[in-house]
Amino acid sequence: MTAFISNSAGRSMPAGHRLSEADYQTNFSDIHTPLDARSAVVEADRCYYCYGAPCQTACPTDIDVPSFIRMISEKNEVGAAGKILSENIMGGTCARACPVETLCEDACVRNTEDDRPIQIGLLQRFATDRATELGAKFFTREAATGYSVAIVGAGPAGLSCAHRLATLGHDVVIYEAQEKSGGLNEYGLAAYKMAGDYAQKEVENILSIGGISIKHGIKVGEDVSFAELQTSYDAVFMGVGLGTSKDIQLDGESASGVLNAVDYIHQLRQAKDLGQLPVGQDIVVIGGGMTAIDIAIQIKRLGAANVTMAYRRGKEQMNASIEEQEFALNEGVHIAHWAKPVSLQIEQGAITGVEFSKANIEGGETYITPTDMLFKAIGQSLTPINMGAIEFVKTSGKYEVDHQLRTSQPGIWAGGDCVAGSDDLAVSAVQDGKLAALSIHKSLTQSQA
Amino acid sequence: MIDLKSNFIGIQTPNPFWLASAPPTDKAYNVNRAFEAGWGGVMWKTLGEAGLPLVNVNGPRYGAWHGKDRTLMGLNNIELITDRDLEINLAEIIQVKKDWPDRGVVVSLMVPCEEQAWIDILRRVEDTGADGIELNFGCPHGMSERGMGAAVGQVPEYVEMVAAWCKQYSDLPTIVKLTPNITDIRTSARGAVRGGADAVSLINTINSVMGVDLDQLKMSPFVGQQGSHGGYCGPAVKPIALHMLSEIARDAECNDIPISGIGGITDWRDAAEFMALGASNVQVCTAVMTYGFRIVEDMIDGLSRYLADQGMTSVDQLIGAAVPSVTSWNKLDLNYVAKAQIDQDSCIKCGRCHIACEDTSHQAISTEINGERGFQVRDEDCVGCNLCVVVCPVENCITLRELDTGELDTRTGEKVSADYQNWSQHPNNSIG
Repeated sequence: MTAFISNSAGRSMPAGHRLSEADYQTNFSDIHTPLDARSAVVEADRCYYCYGAPCQTACPTDIDVPSFIRMISEKNEVGAAGKILSENIMGGTCARACPVETLCEDACVRNTEDDRPIQIGLLQRFATDRATELGAKFFTREAATGYSVAIVGAGPAGLSCAHRLATLGHDVVIYEAQEKSGGLNEYGLAAYKMAGDYAQKEVENILSIGGISIKHGIKVGEDVSFAELQTSYDAVFMGVGLGTSKDIQLDGESASGVLNAVDYIHQLRQAKDLGQLPVGQDIVVIGGGMTAIDIAIQIKRLGAANVTMAYRRGKEQMNASIEEQEFALNEGVHIAHWAKPVSLQIEQGAITGVEFSKANIEGGETYITPTDMLFKAIGQSLTPINMGAIEFVKTSGKYEVDHQLRTSQPGIWAGGDCVAGSDDLAVSAVQDGKLAALSIHKSLTQSQA
Repeated sequence: MIDLKSNFIGIQTPNPFWLASAPPTDKAYNVNRAFEAGWGGVMWKTLGEAGLPLVNVNGPRYGAWHGKDRTLMGLNNIELITDRDLEINLAEIIQVKKDWPDRGVVVSLMVPCEEQAWIDILRRVEDTGADGIELNFGCPHGMSERGMGAAVGQVPEYVEMVAAWCKQYSDLPTIVKLTPNITDIRTSARGAVRGGADAVSLINTINSVMGVDLDQLKMSPFVGQQGSHGGYCGPAVKPIALHMLSEIARDAECNDIPISGIGGITDWRDAAEFMALGASNVQVCTAVMTYGFRIVEDMIDGLSRYLADQGMTSVDQLIGAAVPSVTSWNKLDLNYVAKAQIDQDSCIKCGRCHIACEDTSHQAISTEINGERGFQVRDEDCVGCNLCVVVCPVENCITLRELDTGELDTRTGEKVSADYQNWSQHPNNSIG
C-alpha cells in the first residue's frame, strides 16, 4: 500500500515507499562503474604523458595527472594514490564529484585527437580506492611544533587545511556546526556520487594522521566566541560553507511546497529510509547550476513524475556543464531555457504553479507550469557569523583573501566557498585549505625564528 | 585482383604464404585446416631420427611479452621438434600431399650431424612425395644442447657439410634455415651456398628469457621451480629479421640464393616488406598461433590489391624491389638535409616532441607560439634526427622535410649541395 501525506493545500503528496527498496538501491547506487584493474591499465596506457600536461594545469589542486596515470599503467596503484593525495587529500571525493568534463578531462589533448579524453576521474578513483582497500598510509607527522590552529568548518577546505597543518607538526582543533564532518561531501553532493558512505570513510582516513580534533555541533559565534578562538590558538582558518540559500524574491516563497534544494539534499543524504522523504508529483527546479541538476535528478530518482528545471538563460550560459545537462535530460528531466519566474501560484498556502516569462523575448508572454514542489537552486550566500568587534574586508558578503588565503585580519586565514571569487567546487576548497596551511605554517615558523 | 601464384625453387603454390615449421604444422589435422583456410604451403614441423620420440615439458612451453592492452608483441617457446612417432608423421605427409597436390609441403629435418643419419632420413622423406626439405639449423633450445639445431647453424662449416650431404643423397630441393643467434648471419648463409643449398630461410627464433615473476622472484615462465631460455619470435623480432634478410640479399657471396622470409610476419604488409627486401616467399607462425589460420584470407586480399596498386602483375616483381635501397652507413649521402616540421592543424599539443628533443636530443622544439602553448621546430637547431616524428602520437603530424638544393641550412649556415658526398669522401674522415 502506498501511503499518502497531504500538504497544507490538501493535495495528496505520496510518501513512504513509492518505489521498491530495490529501485532505491539502484537509483542511489554509484553513478559511475568503477574501473577494474584491467580496464584501468588499458585506460592508463592511452595517456600520452604530456609535457607540461594541460590536465594538470586544469586541476585546481595541481595533481600530477600524467605521473599518477603512468603509475597505474605500471600497476603501482598505491604509488599513484600517493601522488594524488599529496596534492589533494580529498582525491577520492574529487574523483567522484569533480566536474572533470570542465576541468582535467576537458583539457586532455585526446579531445583534440579523437574526442575521447582519458578517463582521469575514474583512474583517480581507481588508485585512491585501491590504496584505501589496502590500507596504505602516506603521511607521517613532523616533529610537534607546539602551535595549535583553530579551523572553523570541517568541510573540504577545513579538513584539507587541518591535514596539511597536522603533517607539518601543528595541532588542529576544528569547530563544526553539524553533527558530522565532511561539509558538502557529507551533506551536499548528490547521493549517487558519494555512495557507500564515502565521505565519512575519507574523513576517517584524513584524521588518521593524528593531531586533529573535531568539535561537532559547535557554532562559532554562538557556542564559542570568535575572540576566544583568536586568543586560544596561534592562528585561525575560516573554512565555512555557504549556509543561506538565495531567495527568488517573489511573493509566496514561504508557502508550503517551496523548498531550498540544498536543505532537501541535506535531508536526503542523511535519510535512513529514502521512502520517507516527501516527493511531489510535478517538480519545478529554479536554477541552472550543479545543485539544480543534482536536485532535479535526485527527486526524479525518488519517484517524482515530472521534473522541470527552469533556467532564465540559455543552454550555454548554464553553470552546469553540457555533460551534466545531458545527464539530466537522459534521466527524463525537462530543461526549460529562458524561463524567468515572475510569480508563484499559491492556493491555500501551498504552491500550485509558477508563472514564467520567456526571458529571451522582449515583453514576451508568460505561461504557468503547475507544480506541487518547487526547489530553489539559484545559489547560496555566506551566513553571517557573529565575529564581535572584528571586521573583515568582504566582497558580496564573502571574505577577501590574498594569494596565500590571508584575510584582512592578521592571524586569520579563509578558504573554500566563503572567500570572494570562489568557484564553489570542492576541489578548489581543498586547494585553498592546502595553500592556507602552508601560509599558516610559514607565518608560525617564521615568527618563531 | 592480381594472381599471387608463387614459384619458390621450383615449388609451385597458389600464394607465397607458408606456415613455418612449428606447432601449427605438427600433424595432418592442423595442416589440413591450414590448407582449407588457404595457406600456400607448410614447412612440416621438424622430424627427427627414427626411434623413440622426443619428450616435451608438460608445463608452460610458451611465454609472451604483451603490450599494456594485451597485444602480443613477442612470443617465446621451449617446444622441441616433433614428439610424435616418425612413421606417423611420414604417413600423414604422404596423405596430405596426395590430398593437396597444388600446395607446398616441405619437411623440416633435424638429425645428428652424421652422414648416415642424414642418408637415412632423406630416403624416408623422398618416399613421401614431399616437395622439399628444410634443414633446421636454428632451434636454439633443447636440441642445440644435443649438438643439433643452432649448434650446427652457428658453425658455417657444419652448415655447408650437411647441406652438401642433402644435395648428394637426395634430389629434394634443400632449404637451410638459419639461426639469428650468431654475429654475422652471412657467414652461415655463405656456408649454405657453398654446400649447394637451393635456398635459405630466416630467421629462426632468438635466444630469450621473457621476464621475471616479481612476486615469486623466478624467471618466467617456469616449469616447476625453474625456467629455461627459449626461442623468441613474433612482431617484436621483425626488424631483426629484416636486417638479416637484407644482409643476405645484398651479399655477393650469397649469390642471389632464394630466400624464404620468417620473423614476426603478421599481415600482408609485413609479408610485402619481407618480399621487397628479397624474400621469395614468407613463413608465418606467431600470427596464426595468435589468431588462427584464417588470417591468410586478409593476407591474400591485401597483397593482391597492393600489387595491383603498384602496377605489378605478379609477386615476382615485388621480390627484392627494395633491396637497392639498403646500404651501409658509409654510403649514406651526408649532403642530404631534412628538418622536422609540425603540422599545427593536426598537433594535439601533448608536448612529447618537445620533451624528447629537450631532454634527450638537440633542444630544437619550442613550447610557445605567440605566447600560447604550442610546439614549433627551430630549424637552426634541428638535425633532422626523426625522434620527434617517432614519439609523436599523431601519425603524420610531424614530418621531415627535405631541404631543396641551394636552400640554406640555418643550423650549419651552409647551402644544401646538389652533390652526393658520403663519409669516405668527407674531409673530416682521416681514417678512410
